[in-house]
Amino acid sequence: MEDERKLPENAGPAAGDGPSSAAGTPPSGATEGAAPAPEAAGPEGGAPGPAAQPPDEATAAAPAPGLERGAPGPATTAGPVAEPAAGVVAEPVAPAEPPVPEARPFVRRHHWIVRLTHWVNTVVLLGMMASGLQIYNAYERFGIRGTRLPVPNPFDMHPVPHWARLGGWLAGGLNWHFFLMWPLVLNGLLYLGYLLFTGEWRPLLFRTRDVGPAVEMQKYYLHLRREHPPQGKHNALQKGAYTFIVLLGILSVVTGLSLWKPVQLWWLTALFGGYELARYWHFVAVWLFVAFIVVHVVLVFTVDPASLRAMITGWYRGRFPSHD
Amino acid sequence: MTDLDRRRFLLGAAAAGASALGAACGWDGGRALRPRLMAWSGVNDWVSARLFSSSRLAREYPLARRTADAAFPAYYVSDAVPVLRDPAAWRLQVGGLVRKPVALAIDQLIAMPRLSYTVKHHCVEGWTAIATWAGVPFRALAERVEPLPSARYVMFRSFDSGYSNGWDVASAMHPQTILAYAYNDRPLMPDHGAPLRLYSPTKLGYKNTKYLLAVEFTDTKPGGYWEDQGYPWFGGL
Repeated sequence: MEDERKLPENAGPAAGDGPSSAAGTPPSGATEGAAPAPEAAGPEGGAPGPAAQPPDEATAAAPAPGLERGAPGPATTAGPVAEPAAGVVAEPVAPAEPPVPEARPFVRRHHWIVRLTHWVNTVVLLGMMASGLQIYNAYERFGIRGTRLPVPNPFDMHPVPHWARLGGWLAGGLNWHFFLMWPLVLNGLLYLGYLLFTGEWRPLLFRTRDVGPAVEMQKYYLHLRREHPPQGKHNALQKGAYTFIVLLGILSVVTGLSLWKPVQLWWLTALFGGYELARYWHFVAVWLFVAFIVVHVVLVFTVDPASLRAMITGWYRGRFPSHD
Repeated sequence: MTDLDRRRFLLGAAAAGASALGAACGWDGGRALRPRLMAWSGVNDWVSARLFSSSRLAREYPLARRTADAAFPAYYVSDAVPVLRDPAAWRLQVGGLVRKPVALAIDQLIAMPRLSYTVKHHCVEGWTAIATWAGVPFRALAERVEPLPSARYVMFRSFDSGYSNGWDVASAMHPQTILAYAYNDRPLMPDHGAPLRLYSPTKLGYKNTKYLLAVEFTDTKPGGYWEDQGYPWFGGL
């Protein structure tokens, strides 16, 4: 709720606050000189390299942004201890969009836990989908024998192509699937635990008040609106996507459990409409993941390539530098 | 960071991602990983045994929900349906770590306590089917032969080209584990494992040994036909 309220101030008058714009210059100059520093600091994550640290601290002292940071619940903003100063750097430098200033400072965007869990999830989720398709391949339809579930399935009676499978045969697929499920769940819990513990879920969770901004954002993408709507760390559509994908992950894990132990966890299986339907939802989740991944990767490369580096090194310098 | 650097970085990242994916396509894990994955399966067995309740019963279904006979797949690992040359001479050998080993003819088994249920069959391949099974509860058989306390596992052997399954005693003693001699109110048919098969609705289909010959209580964990090839040993639902 804080994020949105400060957005307008954030987007518009950045130039107005003398101190902040003044504060905006030193770090850019400094980072210019220390260009390689972020990469060097990347892997350590929590402890940014000494070269990168000073400019952040210099800006942290600037009075104007301090006010903004202070206003929303102090407990939550103080949460991400690892990167307190970095957020401050961002705000003075979120000026009008079009004239891209050459020397933008790097801002700390992703904590090492977020980067680690993102890439672990990339590998593990691909493995889960490929081994899952290997398993689907053993019986590529839905419904009790002799019947068909009245559900759409373009892959009905279609063998899954070899390249999309992992495991070589059914037992191999099962063993991959039942191994990878552990890192998938533990990694997911680490990520969600991090979000909860630090309050970082706030800029990610899509809430009812994000509906309007999401419509505005969609208008912008459809060229029905000229200027990019003001946004914090993520725009409303991104919030929707990142909230959806977490729910989809939870659905996959829970339907998966209901398929693994349909007798012991019979109530879970019943919740999804029985074993055959649970198997269908588990399968549908795969295609929603695929759809998400395609859009996610295309947008990264077409709209904000700098975000890829941010997800690797933790440092961001691109079109949407604001950090909330 | 110049634009050129950035472009090179992005291209490199994309290429690395694509080649990693390409390398994994249709992969089975290779010789090095396969045994490790199978070993990890033991961890899942351990978790499954802890999740397994020896008193929770699998749901029963009304007769109207039964799968048509023709739609219920039957399989065996031999080249042709395994059939006894002399059915009258068939005996179920029950022995191993027991006080009173016995050899039982089918009539003797039918004379023992009987349990019948209509349940859902879950195949590891992902299909399900509903059928009625009737037979001797494994518990009744165990009471008759009196297993020794050291008997922690049960090995079920068949005359289907060496097909067998190893079970833990807790699963075997589950109230719904039976030695079935009837399928959908008729004597078990040859393609469903005549004259006697193991059945439990709390296990995946491949754990339910057909064409039974012998039941052996043991203190060492026995393997099984599919289990030795990489399928989960516990196979519990």
